[in-house]
Amino acid sequence: MHFAFTEEQALIHDTARAFCAEHGAASRLRKAIESPLGYDEATWRAIGEEMGWCGIALPAEVGGSALGSVELAILCEQMGRVLLPSPFLATVALAAPAIALAGTAAQREALLPGIAAGRTRATLAIANADGAPGLEGIGPRLARSKRGWRLDGAAGFVIHADAVDLLVVAARATGSQGADGVSLAVVDLDHAGVSIERLTMLDQTRPMSRVLFESAVVAPESILGDPGEAGPALGTALARAQAALAAEQLGGAEAALEIATEHAKTRIQFDRPIGSFQAVKHRLADMMVATEAARSAAYYAACAADELPEEFDEAAAIAGCWCSETFTGCTAGMIQLLGGVGFTWEHVAHLYFKRARAASTLLGSPAWHRERIAVRLLPATGGQPA
Amino acid sequence: MRLRFTREEESFRTEAAEWLTVTLAGPFASLRGVTGLTARPEERRAWEQALGHARWSVPGWPREYGGRAAALAEQVIFAEEYARAGAPARLGHLGVELIGPTILAFGTEAQKARFLPPIAAGEEYWCQGYSEPNAGSDLSNVRTRARLERGASDDTWVIDGQKTWTSLAQFADWAFVLCRTTEGSRGRDGLSFLLVPVRQPGVSMRPIRQMTGDTEFNELFFDGARTGADCILGAPGEGWKVAMALLNFERGVSTLAQQMAFRGELDRMCALAVKNGAARDPLIRQRLAGAHIGLRIMRVSALRMLTDAGSGRLSRAAYTYKIFWATWHRALGELAMDIQGPPGEIAPTAEYRFSELTNLYLYTRADTIYGGTNQIQRNLIAERALGLPKEPRGC
Repeated sequence: MHFAFTEEQALIHDTARAFCAEHGAASRLRKAIESPLGYDEATWRAIGEEMGWCGIALPAEVGGSALGSVELAILCEQMGRVLLPSPFLATVALAAPAIALAGTAAQREALLPGIAAGRTRATLAIANADGAPGLEGIGPRLARSKRGWRLDGAAGFVIHADAVDLLVVAARATGSQGADGVSLAVVDLDHAGVSIERLTMLDQTRPMSRVLFESAVVAPESILGDPGEAGPALGTALARAQAALAAEQLGGAEAALEIATEHAKTRIQFDRPIGSFQAVKHRLADMMVATEAARSAAYYAACAADELPEEFDEAAAIAGCWCSETFTGCTAGMIQLLGGVGFTWEHVAHLYFKRARAASTLLGSPAWHRERIAVRLLPATGGQPA
Repeated sequence: MRLRFTREEESFRTEAAEWLTVTLAGPFASLRGVTGLTARPEERRAWEQALGHARWSVPGWPREYGGRAAALAEQVIFAEEYARAGAPARLGHLGVELIGPTILAFGTEAQKARFLPPIAAGEEYWCQGYSEPNAGSDLSNVRTRARLERGASDDTWVIDGQKTWTSLAQFADWAFVLCRTTEGSRGRDGLSFLLVPVRQPGVSMRPIRQMTGDTEFNELFFDGARTGADCILGAPGEGWKVAMALLNFERGVSTLAQQMAFRGELDRMCALAVKNGAARDPLIRQRLAGAHIGLRIMRVSALRMLTDAGSGRLSRAAYTYKIFWATWHRALGELAMDIQGPPGEIAPTAEYRFSELTNLYLYTRADTIYGGTNQIQRNLIAERALGLPKEPRGC
């Protein structure tokens, strides 16, 4: 038991922090999110090709660096601090684990080296058009057809769907429930029967689309593993994604706390820095208490992903719940303490506030995570199904 | 970053668990599951002595003072196994957790040899003389004073004043007392940290009845109380530094045993909620799950804090730990009442004594007050950890 970074992890942390400070500068952030792609192509190339971070948690045989979820969390935390717009989360934390966990050896060898090398941008379509969480929320339906398999239906909240090279789609057999009947299909963007509608989203820093499938034909070899059998693997992949997202939320919460603290130290009213008033400093203290708990939760989930499989699913739910509420709470606190300037379009505060809201529903809301935990805590009491 | 324990650490766990299980099944079976600070004091003294005899009383201390020089991970394991085995709360808590480590850090060789072995052996018990009627959150306002009386062969400290909220004083042999030794001094200057025997004519105590109906703490009066000139920790005038260092030891491994007790409370609340139907209420479900989440996070935060403790400075995890657990526990007490519903307000007998869960509701009101109120914790976090300007003082 040693719950602190190793020397190598500390080095990754420092490198990532410096990288994100440069690539996440406010002026670059604005330019990136206003561009058609929604992210900075140079930043993405630097992440993949120069830093070699896309394969951080992938095994060496597919070109990864065979580090783990803690190292991935370190990167996500730093990217979250500056709201770094890039397909990193979608590619590395959402699509890659799904392929790695559900794919056959041949599929992994075909798909993962491109991701590890930073050449392939990928994303995962999991929720239905309304963004319902978890395996129950899967929208598209997969059915057998003459030429293999056929996809129908809509997937919502698909990050960077209009910009990626590869789309991994979760789909269900009609009438199936829970982890049963779930398949993962790999689809190209220009596939017949697939249409992508980029949506204007509350969170300006993470572009999302709705993807419609109308009798889209899927070849048998494009289904990861065995058809209908991907449920458990997808469940674990989503927990991994949740752990990475929680680290990103932690970084965002930290940044909000720092912005608000800096303001409280320098803003003078009543002839005093406003941070000398307890009404202000106590709110900042509460933000720090929540943020430090979020750090524990996020790195607990990352550690559990690598070394405590029996606790991991719950650890991810805990991190998802706590880090979501902390990020939304800290960004709300930041705006309140900034006063009027925090409500302007010009200040970055609203970008954090909006990212926080969107991140808190991306992989299940805090209340949804709590109910999942309650089901285990309170057996046979007829709660909502997880 | 690693949460798992190594094979060697797990074999240490087995050894500790076996000793605890066997000992608590045999002569000390009546102490299993005893909570609260004041029940069965005589049996608990014997239990503390058995711990000391087997070198389990203070596993982290050097061997020469009765410990086994256990590494941090082993101390963590022992604290968790101790609680898991249902062993009773430590009557010697203030000696073992607070004054012992402070003597190790600040004591002379003679003081270590005099005071540490009897603490480890469960022979001498301690209480804390910090708060006074006019020195609560503003602790540096203490007025209890001591003067050095010159004697023919030995000098003696003579102490006058009053301390309050003194837990476990009724079982204590010694008190560590923060008092003013420089006449006319104010605030943090001129304070000294004295070690004072409490079983002497110059010391009297009066129990304070608390809102639960129990009397766990006391007022302590010093009226010409005496202690040797060598019973001072640090130099005269350095008392504030020593007193603050002692408070940092409150963030030790015993917090993990406390968490195991919290787990027991939460488990019993879940069981009751399932039984009485409260678990069908979506809001109760959310709050129970929220409590579970907070407790899981608390364990990881404690492991972070303990891992960081080697660095010498208080880490961010350490600054935020007390307010987190205290606020969590107080909310647990409120949830305990909501799960019980109105029956929780009825005492089982005519006596003013309530169920464990109702007591939890009352007891936890103290958690956000003692050891630094939530308001003081927020000031410390804001001023020390976030570097915000201090509140202007006085008028």
